Amino acid sequence: MSLKFPIYMDYQATTPMDPRVLEEMEPYFGDKFGNAASRNHSFGWEAEKAVDDAREKLAGVIGADPREIIFTSGATESDNMALKGVAEMYKKKGNHIVTSAIEHKAIIDSAKRLETWGFDVTYIEPPEDGITTAEMVENALRDDTILVSIMAANNEVGVLNPIAEIGALCRGRGILFHTDATQGYGKIPIDVDEMNIDLLSASAHKVYGPKGVGIIYVRRRRPRVRLSAIIDGGGHERGMRSGTLNVSGIVGFGKAAELCMEEMEEENIRLTNLRDKFKATMFESLEEVYVNGHETERLSGNLNLSFPYVEGESLIMGLSDVAVSSGSACTSASLEPSYVLKSMGRGDELAHSSIRYGFGRFTTEEEIDYVAEKTTDIVNRLREMSPLYEMVKEGVDLSKVEWQSH
Amino acid sequence: MAYSDKVVDHYNNPRNVGSLDKNDQTVGTGIVGAPECGDVMKLQIKVDEGGLIEDAKFKTFGCGSAIASSSLATEWLKGKTVDEAEEIKNTQIVEELNLPPVKIHCSVLAEDAIKTALNDFREKNGMPVVERKGHH
Repeated sequence: MSLKFPIYMDYQATTPMDPRVLEEMEPYFGDKFGNAASRNHSFGWEAEKAVDDAREKLAGVIGADPREIIFTSGATESDNMALKGVAEMYKKKGNHIVTSAIEHKAIIDSAKRLETWGFDVTYIEPPEDGITTAEMVENALRDDTILVSIMAANNEVGVLNPIAEIGALCRGRGILFHTDATQGYGKIPIDVDEMNIDLLSASAHKVYGPKGVGIIYVRRRRPRVRLSAIIDGGGHERGMRSGTLNVSGIVGFGKAAELCMEEMEEENIRLTNLRDKFKATMFESLEEVYVNGHETERLSGNLNLSFPYVEGESLIMGLSDVAVSSGSACTSASLEPSYVLKSMGRGDELAHSSIRYGFGRFTTEEEIDYVAEKTTDIVNRLREMSPLYEMVKEGVDLSKVEWQSH
Repeated sequence: MAYSDKVVDHYNNPRNVGSLDKNDQTVGTGIVGAPECGDVMKLQIKVDEGGLIEDAKFKTFGCGSAIASSSLATEWLKGKTVDEAEEIKNTQIVEELNLPPVKIHCSVLAEDAIKTALNDFREKNGMPVVERKGHH
């Protein structure tokens, strides 16, 4: 099979739609245009049925009741709802929220907003492997803690957190547990009952569905979780999220979820093999490479690597026919490298040298081989050009150099 | 982000990559930047008996614009006297490479590297060093 350029290897940013998803959605852009809230005619009933079918499939992925699925515009909105909605509703019960420093910005910035509203937030800093353990969460809990929010899988380093253990801990203490499962939903087994999850966020476009649609799971029983709405209006979605439903998007998300359920196991095996082959090639052909995040407790489709002495953006420039993402943020005025890698204690230097490779449903072995070889060539070329590499070869300890920083 | 053709050209075909003997009396070396900031430039000049810069080399850890800025700097240094080289300004580099505002710091770093290398040469050869204005 011949390669098609550019090669997409940024599956944690977004995924291409599966053609089967698009096919399922198409009628809802045409004849089936009804408003799911129209109770008086067949157009509305047809749309409502389509939404209900999707709701059932989406609930099935996480062992939930369909009535516990609330549609949103995406995981960012779901995360906002979980934090702000719980804080507002339960503020009489307590004032403290626990999350981690390497959550997605949708969580971090919502938490920062809550701080301006007078809430106290603890940001756990996970160690170098990137995993937030139940013990770390337990140490952060207080008598007035009302919510714990820890992601299922990290978007940058792909690390999986022990959410079942964290869920059990929170349930035992009577504290609500939210997990941002944007990267994990449909990719790793999740069961909201077994794992004691009270709230969960997910998004369609990370699982080969369309952009602009997401869900928040809100537990109805034991305990019944209540949320203050952040979008008011016609009282859709049990009053928690008003607004006419995005029927075509929801249908697509439902189909995407169904495909994930059917193919999860097989796809994980295939992707793990591809990722491990890629990793092995890199480690064989380059002399200093680091995996960011835990070696094995990670998404099958993620590999985040640091190539010391080489700056990430210049590496990406060399990989011009490959779409990958860098933890280096030289493109922003702030010059701040990835806050995720920094919080994990990776050091700014390795954070500046990191690349996130994201593999997915349409990644082929030929693509993996090509990108591995190309990365190796460019890293070697840039190292020949790197004053840091030269200094290390001369026996200089870079940490002891007095840099003229700006 | 899109790079200008000139940045891409310098990135793909960097001029004068390499190192000169830093202990040589006729060589001036400037190393500026810091790994944790994502940019380190090493720029070296070799001055002939007539006071002209006969050779210039660089090595850079940094983004494409940083590589291009230092590569361009070595081109411009060759054939100039030490005093002429002092006149190279970061704004000229910005203009030549069409650097966007977020990449201006790359040109500043290149100017810094030039001036540090020139002063290193002057110091080695008992010449008065040039005081730096607005240096951080």
